[in-house]
Amino acid sequence: MSENEDIPVGSEGGQPHTQVGGVHRKVDAMERMRGVTRYTDDLKLPRMLHAKIKRSPHPHAKILSIDASAALAMPGVHAVITGKDLPEPYGIIPWTPDETALCVEKALHVGDGIACVAADDEDTANEALEKIVVEYEVLEPLFDPEQALEARDNPINPYSQKGNLSKKVLLEFGDVDATLEQSDLVVEADYFFEGTTHAAIEPHCALAHVETNGILTVWSATQVSHYLHRELAKVLGLPANRIRVIQPPLGGAFGGKSEPFDLEFCVAKLAVMTGRPVKLLYTREEVFYAHRGRHPMKMKYRTGFTKDGKITGVDAKTILDGGAYSSFGLVTTYYSGQLLCAPYGFDAYRFHSKRAYTNKPACGPKRGHGSVQPRFAIECQIDKAAEQLGLDPIDMRLHNDIGADTATVNGFKVGSNGFSECLRRVRSSSVWDSKRKELPYGRGVGVAGSTYISGTNYPIYPNDMPQAAVQITLDRSGRARIFSGANDIGQGSNTMLAVITGNELGLPLDDIRVLSADTDLCPVDLGAYSSRITLMVGNACVEAAQKLRRLVCEAVGKRWEIPRKRVTLAQGQAIDREDPERNVPLAEAFVWAESDNGLLAATGSYNTPKDRHGDYRGGTIGASPAYSFTAHVAEVEVDPMTGVVDVKTIWVAHDCGRALSRKIVEGQMEGSAYMGFAEAIMEQHVVDPGHNGVHPGPSLLDYRIPTFLDTPELEALIVESPDAQGPYGAKEAGEGPLHPSIPAIANAIYDAVGIRMDSLPFTPPRVLAALQARAQRERAGDHSPHKPNTHGAGRIA
Amino acid sequence: MQLAIEPHHTLLEVLRYQLDLIGSKQGCDKGDCGACTVQIDGKPALACLTLAAHAEGREVSTVEGLGDAHGGCHPLQDAFDRHDAAQCGFCTPGILLSADALLRARARPVSRQEVREALAGNLCRCTGYTKILDAVVDASEVMHGTDDAPKSGTKEAAQ
Repeated sequence: MSENEDIPVGSEGGQPHTQVGGVHRKVDAMERMRGVTRYTDDLKLPRMLHAKIKRSPHPHAKILSIDASAALAMPGVHAVITGKDLPEPYGIIPWTPDETALCVEKALHVGDGIACVAADDEDTANEALEKIVVEYEVLEPLFDPEQALEARDNPINPYSQKGNLSKKVLLEFGDVDATLEQSDLVVEADYFFEGTTHAAIEPHCALAHVETNGILTVWSATQVSHYLHRELAKVLGLPANRIRVIQPPLGGAFGGKSEPFDLEFCVAKLAVMTGRPVKLLYTREEVFYAHRGRHPMKMKYRTGFTKDGKITGVDAKTILDGGAYSSFGLVTTYYSGQLLCAPYGFDAYRFHSKRAYTNKPACGPKRGHGSVQPRFAIECQIDKAAEQLGLDPIDMRLHNDIGADTATVNGFKVGSNGFSECLRRVRSSSVWDSKRKELPYGRGVGVAGSTYISGTNYPIYPNDMPQAAVQITLDRSGRARIFSGANDIGQGSNTMLAVITGNELGLPLDDIRVLSADTDLCPVDLGAYSSRITLMVGNACVEAAQKLRRLVCEAVGKRWEIPRKRVTLAQGQAIDREDPERNVPLAEAFVWAESDNGLLAATGSYNTPKDRHGDYRGGTIGASPAYSFTAHVAEVEVDPMTGVVDVKTIWVAHDCGRALSRKIVEGQMEGSAYMGFAEAIMEQHVVDPGHNGVHPGPSLLDYRIPTFLDTPELEALIVESPDAQGPYGAKEAGEGPLHPSIPAIANAIYDAVGIRMDSLPFTPPRVLAALQARAQRERAGDHSPHKPNTHGAGRIA
Repeated sequence: MQLAIEPHHTLLEVLRYQLDLIGSKQGCDKGDCGACTVQIDGKPALACLTLAAHAEGREVSTVEGLGDAHGGCHPLQDAFDRHDAAQCGFCTPGILLSADALLRARARPVSRQEVREALAGNLCRCTGYTKILDAVVDASEVMHGTDDAPKSGTKEAAQ
């Protein structure tokens, strides 16, 4: 309810913040809890057919022939398509179109799509898949990225220009070799981050239907309807204005639904062919093979320090295991280096990242795209340096804080920065100082920091149009309707738009209707990725709502014969600021404004500032209008007998600029910290080379994700350092707080039992092996015992 | 209600496809995620692992009926709404059914640890579970008062 004097955006005319910064019931939650929300698989159309995809059992094979005649002859089977029906290559990144809707000549991983059947029901479709005969010539699979890079005579992806090298980036800022040479301490280590997957509880699903007016409508569980719209037009060879994409309410995404998948093209093509609605729902197994999750990365880091703990320079070499297709890999390869240059300032940096094709499900973006892996490495490096220099790890991070209104070594402009405040909050909430001193052997605390982008300065395909746009109309019954292309994937973006509109127009959220992610009804938005929606769509929404507020206040002022700026809108009323007894319900104020102006509608657009990136090739990739900052402290208990790491609590302090809706922000922080914890302790998305590249457990039982009982206490501590670029100062909150969980846990394990876990995940066998290795070194006299004066249980002698 | 069903159809298939009761969700179709949790004779059951024929003569409750005895909105639903305990909401119907069974069985305010144990079969990928724990404990206190709450209160002390 307080006014914020510092932030120009949203405070024009002294409009009170009646919504921003509060706690809200989400605009669309209650219908979800009553079980009436229609997610994609809940849609059912008359005469709807069901589709299923036949998938490759081989990790690498040439397709010699496909005979679908027996399947087509079955009663209840309506159509079968293969790769040849949709041969146009596409890619979410326009520079790397290296996949097709279904395989045309080769299958590149187990689970690659070969053919698709539309039938009366799923059982018939599944039966028909069995009758499709595919003749393959099996090729040698490559599962290791380094081996793949060397195998020049065995290129995996037929569209690749450079064999199995998917992307290479080498950038250097300052003189890294000389800087490291002159440093008091250089820490050198190898890290391995195993890949993980999103595991949203809703499987991918799509439904397509050609309406009687000839418009192909595709409903899809996607988080990027606009890009799906573009790629559908390209692959189907239809003009974009003949296609409508609708994203129904979505059951989680986390990056796993941020590009087109085979099912969307297949249902669209089959709907065109059969003239009937066609739906396809992935099985959970198919979701695992569709993947596009976090890249495995092998990282070699050399980091220089002065003896008082200042980071001098970083030299990073990274191999990314990309899987069979590019997906977002071009961006991932840049992000693996570009996002490392805050929250710590240093003057010399070199990174050399190479992404390889392998015969595995393709990797792509998962929450914290491309930067979670290097963050793990650098935060462990800093912890090692702190120990060797005898410094407190939080003090050392405070000492290296890059600060506000500055630029990173790679040329990104940083605005607001609450990192030091984040560190102070976790230090005090976790009682860090006494725990570092007093916790016995087997228990420990660790800290880590991070930064993340609030959207990217440039869209995926170059254009000069706005990156976000919102249209709002006001209704003479006293309601607002917001039209936005943004994808609400559960993160609450529809509610965010309602909060902003409610704040600007004095409306309760109940009187605001948000219509989103329908390409026929809504302005284009680029989608839910790179944590862009609050900042970008939020700014566009502020602009549209403020235009309407001016019209409404003008009309009221005219009737009361007072200046527009004396009128404020709050609690469903227009009020005279100087005589609050004089007020009128908003519905009436809207009628006055509509009488004066005609239909009350306004648009807002947002485009990024173009002067906040580095001036070199690739210098725009990873640059953002504003950066969030995060610090975590994790407390763990390690059982030296079993190697089990029990994470007790993670304190999560996150600078989101300004929390527009506090519980929703906390929920993003908690969900992020949980997901990082999961990657640290239990998750690994791998295929088994010993079994022909199959996924060893493509289910939510075998791919273990944390339950209520596994998940630690998560203490969300909101830090607000408003940024001039964000709406009311807001920055992102949904991805940054994932990053520090992993290194904070690694560093806490070291504090507990004195072992460095440089490979993920920290499973009991790995922890035990590291404990035994340490015990051996202690016996050999190379190490003194860890925490020798405490009596922790089960110390390995 | 009487219904002719395919003998091999699961309860989830019959609920979703025959009766259009779409509130029970399919997340894995093999009993791993809990999104399809319903109640059979008042006890939580996985509809995807239950043959529909098994429900003959039994009382099956789904999320659509949860608010019926509470003027349309069960205190759990209200608490989830206040705490923003549903993000994408896909796991929520199943979690509500498991939580309702717990609250009816205890008939008193519950502790966070009790909730964790009762809901361990329901996966949520969005929330980190924190807001769900807040909401279930809160709803139990709304329904039963806080006088006889377990000693640990609404939030366990950090360990």
